[in-house]
Amino acid sequence: MIEQPNLSYIDELAGDDEGFRGQFIDVVKSEFPLEKDEYFGHIDNSRFKETAEIVHKLKHKFNILGMHDSYKLAVTYEMELLEGKYESKTKFDNVLATIEEYIKTI
Amino acid sequence: MNCIIIDDEATARAIVKQLCTKVEELDVIEEFDNAISAIKFLNQNSIDVIFLDVHMPGFSGVDFVQTLKDPPKVVMTTSDTDFAIAAYEYECIVDYLVKPITLERFQKCLLKIKNSSAKRPQIPTANQENAQEEDLYINIDRRLIKLKLNDILVIEAKGDYIEIKTEKEEHRVHTTLKKIKEKLPEKLFLQIHRSYIINFTKIIDIEDNSVLIAKNVVPISRSNRPELMRRLNLL
Repeated sequence: MIEQPNLSYIDELAGDDEGFRGQFIDVVKSEFPLEKDEYFGHIDNSRFKETAEIVHKLKHKFNILGMHDSYKLAVTYEMELLEGKYESKTKFDNVLATIEEYIKTI
Repeated sequence: MNCIIIDDEATARAIVKQLCTKVEELDVIEEFDNAISAIKFLNQNSIDVIFLDVHMPGFSGVDFVQTLKDPPKVVMTTSDTDFAIAAYEYECIVDYLVKPITLERFQKCLLKIKNSSAKRPQIPTANQENAQEEDLYINIDRRLIKLKLNDILVIEAKGDYIEIKTEKEEHRVHTTLKKIKEKLPEKLFLQIHRSYIINFTKIIDIEDNSVLIAKNVVPISRSNRPELMRRLNLL
C-alpha cells in the first residue's frame, strides 16, 4: 500500500497560527503542480540531470507531507537519474499522483 | 538579529520564516528565491544571519558563501544529511539544518548563532597589500622585454607556453600559467579558468559563463566563478 501524505509537520509548525497554516497549504498547492509539470517535462525528454534536480526539490515536499519512505525512494531515484538510470520512476510517479490527489482535499 | 532567507523553494522559505517568528529573536527582513538577487541586496544592506539553501539551480549555496566579501553568520539548509563536512569548511557557516526543520532543532540553531563569533578572515584591501611592481619582464629570444602590468589584458595557457595579450601586441613565452600567476598582483589579475588569467580591471562585460576583455571572449570555469563574483562591485 502506498504511503499517504499528512499535515502533521505543518500542524506542529503552525501551532495556533491558522493564518500560517492556510498560507502554507496554499503555497504547497501552487508550488507542487509546477514542480510536478517540470519533472515530467524533463523525464519525458530524458533530461536526467535536470530531472534529478527537480526530484531533489520534490523530495522536500515528501518530507513536509510526512512521507518518509517516499523521501527515501526519491533519494534513490535522484541518484539513479544522475547515473542515467530511472528504475524507481514508476514508484516515484505513483507518489506524485498520490500527492496530487491529496492536495485536492486540503 | 536581522536575517534573510535564500531558497528557491517557496515552501522552504515559508518554513524558515515561520520558525523565525516562533523564536522572536530573528527578524526576517527579506526573502530571495535566487542567490544573485541576494548578493545585490547584501552589497547595500548589513544583516546578521543568512539562512541559505545548499542546493539551488545555477548558483549553489556553497558558491554563494565563496562569493561573500564580509559574510555574516550563515546557516545552511539542506535536504541532504551528508552536507555537514562540507559546511564546516567555511568559518562563517555556524550551523546546518536538515529539512524538514523542527522547532526544537531551530532553537538549538539559534543558540549556535548567538554563541558563535564566526567571521571569515578579512580579505586584504588594495591599500593593505604590499606595493606591487608595475612591470613584468618576459624572456623572448634571449631578450628581456618589459611589459607594463596594466597593459596586459589576458594570459592564456597554450601547452608548454603562455600567450600574453596586451592592447597592442601578443607575446608567446615558454612558461606555465602557474608560474606567471605568482608574479602578478592579485589586485589586478584573476584566474577565471584553468587556461586563463585576466586583468580584472579590463573587463568590459560578463555574460553567462564568459568575460569580454577588449575583443577577447574568455570562458569562466564553474570553480573560479565564485571568486570572480566576489570581486565584482555589484549594484
